[in-house]
Amino acid sequence: MIAEVFDSPDDAVSEIAEGATILVGGFVSAGTPSNLILALKRSGQTDLTAVANNIGLGDLLDELCEDRQLARVIATFAIRASGGRKSRFESLYHAGEVELELVPQGTLIERLRAGGAGLGGVLTRTGLGTMMQDGKQVLELDGERWLLERPLRGDVALIKAWRADRLGNLQYRLAGRNFNPVMASAADLVIAEVEEIVEPGEIPADQVGTPALYVDRIVQCEPIPVRWEG
Amino acid sequence: MPGASPPAGLSRELIALRAARELEPGSVVNLGIGLPTLVAGFVEPTDQILFQAENGILGYAGISESDFDPDLINAGGQPVDLVAGASFFDTADSFAMIRGGHIEAAVLGGLQVSAQGDLANWYVPARGGGSVGGAMDLAVGARKLIVAMAHVTREGAPRIVEVSDYPLTAERCVDVIITDLAVIDVTKFGLALRETAPGVSVAEIVGRTGAKLDTSGPLSEMSL
Repeated sequence: MIAEVFDSPDDAVSEIAEGATILVGGFVSAGTPSNLILALKRSGQTDLTAVANNIGLGDLLDELCEDRQLARVIATFAIRASGGRKSRFESLYHAGEVELELVPQGTLIERLRAGGAGLGGVLTRTGLGTMMQDGKQVLELDGERWLLERPLRGDVALIKAWRADRLGNLQYRLAGRNFNPVMASAADLVIAEVEEIVEPGEIPADQVGTPALYVDRIVQCEPIPVRWEG
Repeated sequence: MPGASPPAGLSRELIALRAARELEPGSVVNLGIGLPTLVAGFVEPTDQILFQAENGILGYAGISESDFDPDLINAGGQPVDLVAGASFFDTADSFAMIRGGHIEAAVLGGLQVSAQGDLANWYVPARGGGSVGGAMDLAVGARKLIVAMAHVTREGAPRIVEVSDYPLTAERCVDVIITDLAVIDVTKFGLALRETAPGVSVAEIVGRTGAKLDTSGPLSEMSL
């Protein structure tokens, strides 16, 4: 399927429904779809579940807390153990106004991978003997104990790449890859924000980071630089 | 020793330097957020240590002083430079490296380490929170786990304890503890003092350690 090119991030996210689960690519400042996140904010859609590595680390996902658009967040980094200025998310969380499911980073990516790859779950040692084990099945196989982690999928994935071609092939730069390629495999509707849209063939086939079949919508945007100052 | 003035211990930079000396030449190493990030500044290029950042870099050289590129950061969000031969990959690959036993050593910060080497380093009960990031995967997957931390809390309470009362990062995962006062090995028989910081006595270390500490092995002063 050939991706559809949208003129604005607002149009690209306009059909996201109330209550949707949204995978958001990126790692702090790298490969983060900030234009799509701000478009989602402007859409005013509420009761959303966001799945992302982080919220409130200089990222704009925290902006969705301003008008309480998030009901639930699944993340690896959301609450700081150290002091410092609280994010909007942290304030809402401590007030009991948003739910948080904290997931180890390696487990989050493998749950998403399972979700995108048609697998029923993941067995990992990560989290055994910790509070991450609570409520989960522990399997003993050949004398080894494993924690069973279930697959995770989104209704929508918002991802960021450097370039797309008109078919939807994506190319990443530097450490901008992170969660993006796996999230692109694990949602019903995949929307990619890119810095440039080029003709098919301009991205060398061996430089394609996410093949076109995963990508439904592409929109070219001037990147919004974000930075975590700690 | 409540009320006693703390012994002169190592600065954060010197803890990082001592942790850097613990790394094998030619190894692949992941550095946690906070104090451990300083370790990258204390390795010699001739050691050919490759630093892995869990956000998808193998081969970063340390914190960058040049223009900020949002796509070129370490796992703490700090800008980094690359070494020749660096590579990028996605998060699934990154944690395959980590859980799959491909990382020779990780240096992580700590809140508590127990006598059997349990690590607590992500959740502060008094603050009602914390974030796990990649710490649990690193604690489980790194072949050698070095914890670099202050020996006691700001209030003077031991961070090295018989049994941790903080939520754990992983059980039985720590191999070496490096603090401002000492280098301590976690062995199958318990904790063993290996080195003392300059000017710090064995009695001072024992007095600030909340778990049984074997001091009978060969002891030396840290060379810094």
